[in-house]
Amino acid sequence: MITAGIDIGAKSAKVVILKDGVVTARAKALVGFDILKSATEVLEEALKDAGVSRSEVQRVVATGMGRNAVLHKAPINADEAVSEVVADAAGACRVVPTVKTVIDVGAEEGRGVKVEAGRVKDFVINERCAAGAGTFIETMARALELKVEEMGPLSLKSTNTVPMNAQCCVFAESEVVSLIHSKVTKEDISKALHDAIAGRISSMILRIGVEKDVVLIGGCALNPGFRPPLEKELHTSIIVPEFPEYVSALGAAGIAANPQR
Amino acid sequence: MSQVEVKAQEYWRWPEYRRTVAEKDLGNAKIISAGVDIGSVGSKAAVMVDGELYAYAVMRTGGVSEDTAAKVTSWALETTGLEASKLHYVVGTGYGRVNVPFAKKSITEIACHARGAHYIYGPTVRTVLDIGGQDCKAIRCDEKGKVLSFLMNDKCAAGTGRGLEVFADLIGVPIADLGKVSLSVDQDPPPVSNTCVIFAKAESLALLRQGWPRERVAAAYHAAMADRIVDLLTRVGIEKDFVVTGGVTKNMGIVQRVERLLKVKALEPKMDPILAGAMGAALFAKALYEKEQGLR
Repeated sequence: MITAGIDIGAKSAKVVILKDGVVTARAKALVGFDILKSATEVLEEALKDAGVSRSEVQRVVATGMGRNAVLHKAPINADEAVSEVVADAAGACRVVPTVKTVIDVGAEEGRGVKVEAGRVKDFVINERCAAGAGTFIETMARALELKVEEMGPLSLKSTNTVPMNAQCCVFAESEVVSLIHSKVTKEDISKALHDAIAGRISSMILRIGVEKDVVLIGGCALNPGFRPPLEKELHTSIIVPEFPEYVSALGAAGIAANPQR
Repeated sequence: MSQVEVKAQEYWRWPEYRRTVAEKDLGNAKIISAGVDIGSVGSKAAVMVDGELYAYAVMRTGGVSEDTAAKVTSWALETTGLEASKLHYVVGTGYGRVNVPFAKKSITEIACHARGAHYIYGPTVRTVLDIGGQDCKAIRCDEKGKVLSFLMNDKCAAGTGRGLEVFADLIGVPIADLGKVSLSVDQDPPPVSNTCVIFAKAESLALLRQGWPRERVAAAYHAAMADRIVDLLTRVGIEKDFVVTGGVTKNMGIVQRVERLLKVKALEPKMDPILAGAMGAALFAKALYEKEQGLR
């Protein structure tokens, strides 16, 4: 059985093609102005990579904030739309079957999901404040005149703790500028920023409690500077699976394969 | 090949100014007091002679608050012939109140805004809304200008002047004109996100790309800010008379929308309401000097 999972996030769309429980292709691209068009392009790319046609895909399940833009809409015609929380849980259970806590940090949202035997037990979401999502690091990279992918590695070079007072992205930007002016190194500022976002994410996660195994997914999991301060804040080790940004899409593809779940 | 350098206009930049309010015979003055309000974005100095506003200055807060405090005070005194050393008592207030080296005392901006609003608008004031550069406060006070309770947002840029600065740069309208521009639509469109400036900015950009005129986008952004501010106000509770102070008072697009949502009109200011904090501080300075000198 061939199924597809499409995760349309705030920033990028991810597609996973699943054939008899095995991933045969992955694709991702930035979401443009026209969500349906962007998603169609990503799906086509993944199908090409997997060497299958759309008609061979028996079921397509969509998730992410743009999921309703592709539900029953040609040319994608997704059969079902599931919430990010459900897809997160399903995907995380596939990559780490022993998972109990999923932390998903994307471009504009942060989520914590408590999982028991593949089922969602509890969850918590921040979708209102950019300071608890990937946008925070991106905005700060701009203030530091760095590429966003340079931020994590740079933060790992610092051993100093510089306190950040600002909670808000906009205020933090001004604070970063004043730190630059007071000659604090980019390494130290970078670490301070990662500590700050880890602090915010962990205080959200602690509302549902932390139970091992803890799995970190979403685009921010690709940032090597994010996991260490988060592990410190939560006093636990955290697993970052391979292709962490595709876990939700994988979850959706898995749900597509088990419609009677 | 020639390269054209485009200098980005700083739409967020708001005007700085100073004024001497009244001619005073300084030789006969009993008490010359000053309040220095070092805000996160703007700094204000108010000089009072025997409890009446004499001169003031408003300028942007620089990188070093101590320097800004000295600069804004000497600017307020410029052309008055008065030296900073002749001030009998100075009180510092605002976000940077501890960074006013020549102030004898620092008092929170909450107390100063209530006191200043009482002075500007009179004893009927019960609710003060102060919208500053990086925070927003809703203050309940009594007939003497004493604070009864307050609520404040200083964690999030949404609903503060800083959010307006970001927006001015985004749509390319000078910040002083934003309010007027936002009011030039017949009817307000649905507001954008009212919790995060970063998200509201992204939403506004998407609306501009969809072909919305700037006026309409400005209306959607201002409406969201007003919603956010009114949330804070309703939590502290509204009692008449209602007044607005702080830098964002200059934006009629915000003030009028807040009034519309509350169904309450704010009193008309008799003086520049950006000075409420500094004037409150100057009034406290006068009272403290009188106490110190055994004058009362």
